Amino acid sequence: MSNLIPFDYETLRLVWWLLLGILLIGFAVMDGFDLGIGALLPFVAKTDEERRVVINVVGPVWEGNQVWLILGGGAIFAAFPMLYAVSFSGLYLAMMVILVALILRPVGFKYRSKIGDPGWRSTWDIILCIAGTVPALILGVAVGNVLLGLPFEFDDTLRTFYRGNFFQLLTPYALLAGLVSLSMLIMHGAALLTWKTEGVIADRARSYGRLAALATIVLFAVAGVWTAYGIGGHVLTSVVDPLGPSNPLGKTVAVEPGAWLANYTAYPWMMIAPILGFAGALLALVGFTAKRPALTFITSGVAIFGIIATAGVSLFPFLLPSSLDPSNGLTVWDASSSKLTLWVMLLSTAFFLPIILIYTAFIYRVMRGKVTTVSMDKNPNAY
Amino acid sequence: MIDIDVVTLSRLQFAATAMYHFLFVPLTLGLSFLMAIMESVYVMTGREVWRRMTLFWGTCFGINFAMGVATGVVMEFQFGMNWSYYSHYVGDIFGAPLALEGLMAFFLEASFIGLFFFGWDRMSKVGHLCVTWLVAFGANFSALWILVANGWMQHPVGAVFNPDTMRMEVTDFMAVVFNPVAQAKFVHTVSAGYVTGAMFVMAVSSWFLLKGRHQEFAKRSMAVAASFGLAAALSVVVLGDESGYVTTENQKMKIAAMESMWHTEPAPAALNIIAFPNMEKQENTFAISVPYLLGIIGTRSLTTELPGIVNLVETAKERVRDGIEAYKALQVVRANPGDTAAREIFSQKWPNLGYGLLVKQIRPDVENATEADVAAAAASTIPNVPVVFWSFRVMVGLGFYFIAFFAAAFWIASRHKLGEQRWTLWVALFSLPLPWLAIECGWLLAEYGRQPWAIEGVLPTFYAASGLTFTDLVISLSIFLLIYSVLAVIEVILMVKTIKKGPLEHDPLQPTIAGPDVLPITAAAGPKL
Repeated sequence: MSNLIPFDYETLRLVWWLLLGILLIGFAVMDGFDLGIGALLPFVAKTDEERRVVINVVGPVWEGNQVWLILGGGAIFAAFPMLYAVSFSGLYLAMMVILVALILRPVGFKYRSKIGDPGWRSTWDIILCIAGTVPALILGVAVGNVLLGLPFEFDDTLRTFYRGNFFQLLTPYALLAGLVSLSMLIMHGAALLTWKTEGVIADRARSYGRLAALATIVLFAVAGVWTAYGIGGHVLTSVVDPLGPSNPLGKTVAVEPGAWLANYTAYPWMMIAPILGFAGALLALVGFTAKRPALTFITSGVAIFGIIATAGVSLFPFLLPSSLDPSNGLTVWDASSSKLTLWVMLLSTAFFLPIILIYTAFIYRVMRGKVTTVSMDKNPNAY
Repeated sequence: MIDIDVVTLSRLQFAATAMYHFLFVPLTLGLSFLMAIMESVYVMTGREVWRRMTLFWGTCFGINFAMGVATGVVMEFQFGMNWSYYSHYVGDIFGAPLALEGLMAFFLEASFIGLFFFGWDRMSKVGHLCVTWLVAFGANFSALWILVANGWMQHPVGAVFNPDTMRMEVTDFMAVVFNPVAQAKFVHTVSAGYVTGAMFVMAVSSWFLLKGRHQEFAKRSMAVAASFGLAAALSVVVLGDESGYVTTENQKMKIAAMESMWHTEPAPAALNIIAFPNMEKQENTFAISVPYLLGIIGTRSLTTELPGIVNLVETAKERVRDGIEAYKALQVVRANPGDTAAREIFSQKWPNLGYGLLVKQIRPDVENATEADVAAAAASTIPNVPVVFWSFRVMVGLGFYFIAFFAAAFWIASRHKLGEQRWTLWVALFSLPLPWLAIECGWLLAEYGRQPWAIEGVLPTFYAASGLTFTDLVISLSIFLLIYSVLAVIEVILMVKTIKKGPLEHDPLQPTIAGPDVLPITAAAGPKL
């Protein structure tokens, strides 16, 4: 069967690294505005009526958006099983925090409107705010920790041992990465609100959005400088065969200051990623000010793309560096699935992802237009 | 090295979260099709009662679906969190169906469910009907991929162990997808979901009739549910038998435990209707059995023998010995990857490597196992016989009850006598929890009955867990217990409230409903984008 595969193992691994990036960016762009809007809920909407408008902006789409995360998890499992095994078990309690948020969020959207009692509703408002803020922050903290390296190692049967705890994740650098993530998702949520609502909600969203866009630019720049001068990056010091079996134990790795920027020197075109991050956030800032909601939303999406891509290409070829024993770090070349699995999954993704994008676009088209009290009252299913 | 308390708590957590998740899944599977059928009738006849039916059952669906989504995310992530060695060891095969479930199925269902609720006044009748069918198909495709994954845990086909990567790798993807166990389990499981959906509609409608409310609405709903439920109940039992037949091919130990059959009997074997299995003495202290029946059901022949538990343990000893040889060869290959002689031995012995790993829970140095260790490892392949035996009987007993129930309901409905006998309504109302009971028993049988294996014959459960600490598990388990308990209460309260409120008396989608007193937030509505 495997001699029928038209690509070599190296190409398939590289393609899956790209696809993983696309899926994670898809999650951040699509579910990201749900999280951002959740975080903004009590601030942009004061009355119950206003809050209902805000919740109904994401009402028809949050279910589909959340699948980006589930698909991302499934794709990591299928394409890079070792990455899935090490990161999810190592970051166990951080994952628990995210899971709690992801359990409470859908339930909050759905259940808040079922009972009219103000206490019931304001309780869910607080939960929705926390359940939007915390995952946005923690996911960024996780990326920060990946850049720092996680304290894990393998034994010779490739069983993982993680020597750290939850609170050790909360270092200043990682928290900065968390704030980058939080501010960019708030910017993105605010951008959608300016597009889908009107009046006082849109006005408030615009001012929070401006702040968030500004914060994104500043924090992303600080994180860049810190990555260049403040932390060590990992460098392969032995040859890793990109066609070899997926076993992360056969290489040597050195840690050198500023090494995460080495790819930009070697491949200057990769600078596109951070440039898009800055340019997108800057244009979003302009868009908020100029009251151009569609432009704002698209450019804040571009900023998210650029910022996540920056983290990805800085790490390349690493997926998950180890701070405990750098030679045990996971790379694109030694942590993937078998060639056959990568190929079958690539075929499936190439077929189904475009279909998903088409029907997602169709749904957003059907649901176009602003959410108002009138539009909500027309629908007995509105939240 | 492996902390057995962590393993036990991890198993408890996985069992609790999986069984909790599966409280919501079957209703999603069943109600989605019932809604699609009702809406189809609406589109074909144009009678608005059918739209009100779709709306009402849709509201119940929505309350249930939110919990299904919330608890489903946990399932997707828990393999990596709690079972990291499992994820490494079989991720090459097991990860693919989970990813495909997202790509092909869950995306479809979750994307269109929003349009189902919010698209009524924005789409044509036929357009909205298509959306509802897509939701139903999405939900059912989802079940297909999850059961392909689960089927592989029961019957791992199309894969081989690679000593260079220390994991199982796929060799034949089609064999994984068309795994007969997965296919049988899929049909059996979705049918069980249809029974659940039908029972939910029957019970709630009966309550309306008992209260003298929404007569027309309730009777129509019951008529649909009765026919759908009858087909589903027949399918779940008949195809459940298919699932049992497949089990006998692949999981002889599970069926021996299911039947509490300690010793091989001359074919065709008798079926124990009732038995009190004694794990210590390896015998039944009491049993009532029907001659020949098990042999006929299990093997579809009069001459094929079904092996008993004790006999299977003897077979397992052979496999453990072989597995120890495979383990030794693997150690040699790992120390010296160029050792072709050891690779040759391993390539012949690897299918029993899992049995060699069973020794690990007795002593870490598998290569030094004594004959007593081999016997202990082989004995550990016996699952908890009483639990497996009784959960099977509860499930099957309820299966036959559902056939009788829906056949009676169908008979009454076809003579237009629904609700005339009040006691039948009470029976329907009190039958509400039974499908859930049957389904949870079914999963208990499938998963607890597979122990000590995470992957049958390949990977022991205790060997598959993450290296977490006891504290990690205490924290996570407490969080799940707390949140899940609170949410279960809220879910039931909201469901009861929705049902008490009942369906709308008038179609809200008629243009009269938006009153003139409702104002937009700003007086001037901006241009539509």
